[in-house]
Amino acid sequence: MEENKKNKKTKAERRSEARFVKHMMRGTGKYFVMAAISMIVAVVTVYIIPIITSFTIDYVLLPYAEEGYEAGAGSVPGSIIEWVESIGGREYLLKHLYIMALLLLVFTAVNALAAFLRRTFISYAGEEIAKNTRDDLYTHLANVPFDYHKHVSTGDLVQRCTSDVDTVRRFIENQLLEIIRTVLMVVTAAAIMLYIDPKLTLWSVLLMPLLCISSFVYFKAVKKSFSDSDEAEGNLSAAIQENLTGVRVVRAFGQQKRELDSFTEKNRDYRDKTLKVIYLMGYYWSCSDAIGYAQILLSLAIGVYFTIKGRITVGEMLVFTSYTSMLTWPVRQLGRILADLGKASVSVGRLNEIMSAPLEEEPGKALTPEIEGSIEFRNVSFSYADSSEKVLDDISFTAKRGETLAILGSTGSGKSSLVQLLQRLYTATDGEILVDGVNINDIERHHLRKNIGIVLQEPFLYSRTILDNIRIVEPEADEARVAEAAKVAAVHDVIMSFEKGYETVVGERGVTLSGGQKQRVAIARMLMQNAPIIILDDSMSAVDTETDASIRKALMSRRGSCTTFIISHRITTLSTADKILVLEHGKLVDQGTHEELIARDGLYKRIAGIQNMLEDELGETQTDEKGGEV
Amino acid sequence: MEELETSALQEEEFAQKVDFKLWRKLVKYAFRSKGTVFFVIAANIIVAAIDIIYPLLTRYAIDNIIVGSHTERIAPFAAIYVVFIIIQALGVLSFIKGCGRLEMKIAFDIRQDSFTKLQELPFSYYDKTAVGYIMARMVSDVANLSELIAWSLVDILWSGAYVIGIVIMMLVLNWKLALLVIAVLPPLAVICVYFQKKILRHYRDVKKQNSRITGALNEGIMGAVTTKTLVREDKNSEEFRGETGRMRKSAVRAAVLSAMFTPIVMCLGAIGTGLALYAGGMSVTGKWIAFGTVTVGTLATFISYSTGIFDPIQQLAGIFAEMQSAQASAERVIHLIDTPCDIADTPEVIEKYGTSFEPKRENWEELRGDVRFEDVSFAYKEGEKVLEHFDLDVKAGQNIALVGETGAGKSTIVNLVCRFYEPTAGRILVDGVDYRERSQLWLQDRLGYVLQQPYLFSTTIRENIRYGRPDATEEEVVAAAKLVHADEFISRLEKGYDTEVGEGGGRLSTGQKQLISFARVILADPRIFVLDEATSSIDTETEQLIQSAITKVLKNRTSFIVAHRLSTIRSADRILVIRDGKITESGTHAELIKQHGYYYDLYTTQFKKDAISDVLGA
Repeated sequence: MEENKKNKKTKAERRSEARFVKHMMRGTGKYFVMAAISMIVAVVTVYIIPIITSFTIDYVLLPYAEEGYEAGAGSVPGSIIEWVESIGGREYLLKHLYIMALLLLVFTAVNALAAFLRRTFISYAGEEIAKNTRDDLYTHLANVPFDYHKHVSTGDLVQRCTSDVDTVRRFIENQLLEIIRTVLMVVTAAAIMLYIDPKLTLWSVLLMPLLCISSFVYFKAVKKSFSDSDEAEGNLSAAIQENLTGVRVVRAFGQQKRELDSFTEKNRDYRDKTLKVIYLMGYYWSCSDAIGYAQILLSLAIGVYFTIKGRITVGEMLVFTSYTSMLTWPVRQLGRILADLGKASVSVGRLNEIMSAPLEEEPGKALTPEIEGSIEFRNVSFSYADSSEKVLDDISFTAKRGETLAILGSTGSGKSSLVQLLQRLYTATDGEILVDGVNINDIERHHLRKNIGIVLQEPFLYSRTILDNIRIVEPEADEARVAEAAKVAAVHDVIMSFEKGYETVVGERGVTLSGGQKQRVAIARMLMQNAPIIILDDSMSAVDTETDASIRKALMSRRGSCTTFIISHRITTLSTADKILVLEHGKLVDQGTHEELIARDGLYKRIAGIQNMLEDELGETQTDEKGGEV
Repeated sequence: MEELETSALQEEEFAQKVDFKLWRKLVKYAFRSKGTVFFVIAANIIVAAIDIIYPLLTRYAIDNIIVGSHTERIAPFAAIYVVFIIIQALGVLSFIKGCGRLEMKIAFDIRQDSFTKLQELPFSYYDKTAVGYIMARMVSDVANLSELIAWSLVDILWSGAYVIGIVIMMLVLNWKLALLVIAVLPPLAVICVYFQKKILRHYRDVKKQNSRITGALNEGIMGAVTTKTLVREDKNSEEFRGETGRMRKSAVRAAVLSAMFTPIVMCLGAIGTGLALYAGGMSVTGKWIAFGTVTVGTLATFISYSTGIFDPIQQLAGIFAEMQSAQASAERVIHLIDTPCDIADTPEVIEKYGTSFEPKRENWEELRGDVRFEDVSFAYKEGEKVLEHFDLDVKAGQNIALVGETGAGKSTIVNLVCRFYEPTAGRILVDGVDYRERSQLWLQDRLGYVLQQPYLFSTTIRENIRYGRPDATEEEVVAAAKLVHADEFISRLEKGYDTEVGEGGGRLSTGQKQLISFARVILADPRIFVLDEATSSIDTETEQLIQSAITKVLKNRTSFIVAHRLSTIRSADRILVIRDGKITESGTHAELIKQHGYYYDLYTTQFKKDAISDVLGA
């Protein structure tokens, strides 16, 4: 799938990706420059080092060469030879042979330092880019519309923000400079070799294109086998995962043998498919090894011939063979790097796709008025962008500042959409919503949301301490205020019963709270917000009726001026509201006070009927937190 | 949980010493295929030998072809060189193939052993161990270990052989000069091991930071709505930048450290080469006589050897460092394979009834379905008894409903019936015989067990229905589905019975999954039926379908139901109220209602709840 996409990248996509890459690399130019300079120093010194040894053997030790050992000045330029002659020449160096050993050491040290700096600078660049990219992605994802998150999978996004960023980073750190280096090395080596002997040079690089192309072709071709193996590994993992998750079903049906058989098959399949990859690797490495050594042989054999013919010296011949082997392996790598470039480009595409998602918009006037809390829905309708079905249909009602509105409706009646519209998480398709007489589309969305406190049925807590969770909107709040909010939410005692109290970490790395506990912590968190509008979206469903009542009572006495929306099924909760809205299939079918609704036939009366009947019969009943069987 | 945390800690630990006993256990897996090991070693020796021969060939070319200008020797020389190239290529090929075979064989065998073990381990193991934890052992730990063993085993040999070969060659050529070069090796080895260890530790920090970033991303995306409503977008981004900042810091630190490593090795190597050049040169010129006579050709060979020796040393150091860091993985994998089984059939039982993998069905007695608890006590954890001196007698065909609060012991009772756990004291008789005298499979094969959260395998609906009886015909599958009214929704699906249900059955609704799991049980035709009923609300229509399905399943079978649904409770032959591991009320619905006790309260509350969801669901 991805592959196809990649191949069909349009021009516009390419341009947008180029912009994205450029933006990712902002501020890292200096590192690349430094790294490139270090690299050049490293490459140059790498060439000089063998010259030092060959010069020593060929030039300095010349008088002691065995019979027939034809020596020369190696590849050392004439000007240096002249300079050496001027300070005493061969005799001087013979007397002070340690100079040559020291030169070797110094150049190696310079080379080592340059190599070190190259890697250091490039990792500065790579890590900077990774950081920039991740930061951008995170910020972007935090600011895309609510709807975006309903259509993407968390796993996929996380995967992109981690693995794909890493693929790009690795390519930059390991291979971007490598390409330049290889090209530079080839050019320099070719220049030196051409300087010594153009004809031998030709012989010494004859097989290199073959090496490069064959490795490129190989690494492209092996991809299929790799993905086969990956897929088989995925199947294997899935088989284990399923067996472990469904262990009770397996045992209850006594299917261990069958499970083992099916696992064995997948285990074998993975083994065979991976072996295929390894075998392919074997063929590739052995063949390219053979080509590489054939190249070295070619350069050696022709070099020997030329030496005998007197075209070049022994030292020059040694330079040729060592350069040839120095070039062979990087050139082989080059093919692989080019194949990796394809992978990195796919990753860039996947990342750019996230960054191209439009952000939340602020098309209105972006006012930030003081919000008091009167709300009006005027003929509001809503349907999702991808469907024509009306989730909310012509809803009109008003809530005065400080009033409590209760909403009753079955699953899918549009209750949640209604409160999401109020927060501008979605925009109404028709009609308008007014807060204090101002259309909410003209109120800056962050300002609006800050003024609305909401608690969801399944609230999300951050994996940090309970204390930090409750005061998340106001991190400087002292513990006394946090405890006060927790007391109103009837969760203070629960928190204190934990070993670490308010410092208890919740979530994956800490304590798992029950549904009711989470709801109550979220209520406390909402209270810290001091918002003039409060929404309780079925947020006490997992709290028992008594606690529910006491929380509501505390809420009332604490802030009488809050406009409150309560979504609930509990008649005891609903009945105390100033106004009750009854929603059915997106329509507001009825509204009124408890007394009014109870007098009319309808959903409310039916529910109240059951409740009252049972309450008369049994008195006050207690439903504990419906944790259920675990 | 606690176990997990300590093991997570272990993961961070860095073994101080390589525990060779542990590695021997793993290396044994490699030696299960002795042939391959020797084959690989042989290939390696050939490759290593030829790597040493190449510079010799160059030397020969200088000393014997150039000296004396023997042009006619070039062609045979090239021919011999080509032969070596071919041998080497074949050697490399056999080596890689052999190592690959070894690696995959080790991984295959370890996984096979682990999986077999997992099929035998009792549920108490699964209660303590997270699926993710086992997955990590089975997938990545095994992959890492088998790769390390297969390739390093040979790398150790290869690098070792190469170093030894070169050292010998140098010693033969000129032992005094050789000693001079070799003197650099010990400090080099020490530095290598030190660096590798340090580098690995730093990379571990990076990994840790990386998983923090993954966690933060996960949270950022999962909590996107909450973040929006709390208007925390900017603050969260800022905090995330803090994490990525720390990531950059530790990653750069690790990179700098590893960037330092190779240059330092290079410099040390240059000292060796420099010494050889100086001392060799002095000997060539005859100024030094301590090293004997040294020809220029010999000196050239020496220099090429001394530059080639450092790579393999670096590699050896790397392997030891890797073994140290992989030690924790090795421990965990061995631990999994060696975990003792708490519930196991005795050898006598296996003798007669066979194992779970090779049952001897011909020796199995028919199962009627009488179940009897005799003075049974049970505790999940030592000292925390869930059941104490529990007695219960159920006749074949009776329907038993268990009600009570969470943690009262209802699920424990049904788990004991299934022999997913065994009593810590007392005994459970099935058809009058202690079930430990028969095999686990004998009982579980005739058991129908439906979980409160029905679990389906990610295959087609058909395969799921015949999970308990793979040989069932198409007609039987459809008949079972019809019986529980699953056929209606299945045939409405585009692909009908061939519909893939997705991971864990995720593409179906809970109600649909429930119906399929009932069909699955019906088809398996169990003698004893256990239903851990769901509490989650399903729409009324499905609810009614499930109800009639249950009634059909229960007919003529001994059944235990952890009940939440009124209708199931009401029609049971006997209702047991369980509180604190004891039966506090027992009788039919009518009897218990009359008692006005716990059951009465429970029933009325339940009634109210159901009525509300009836009205709202309509």
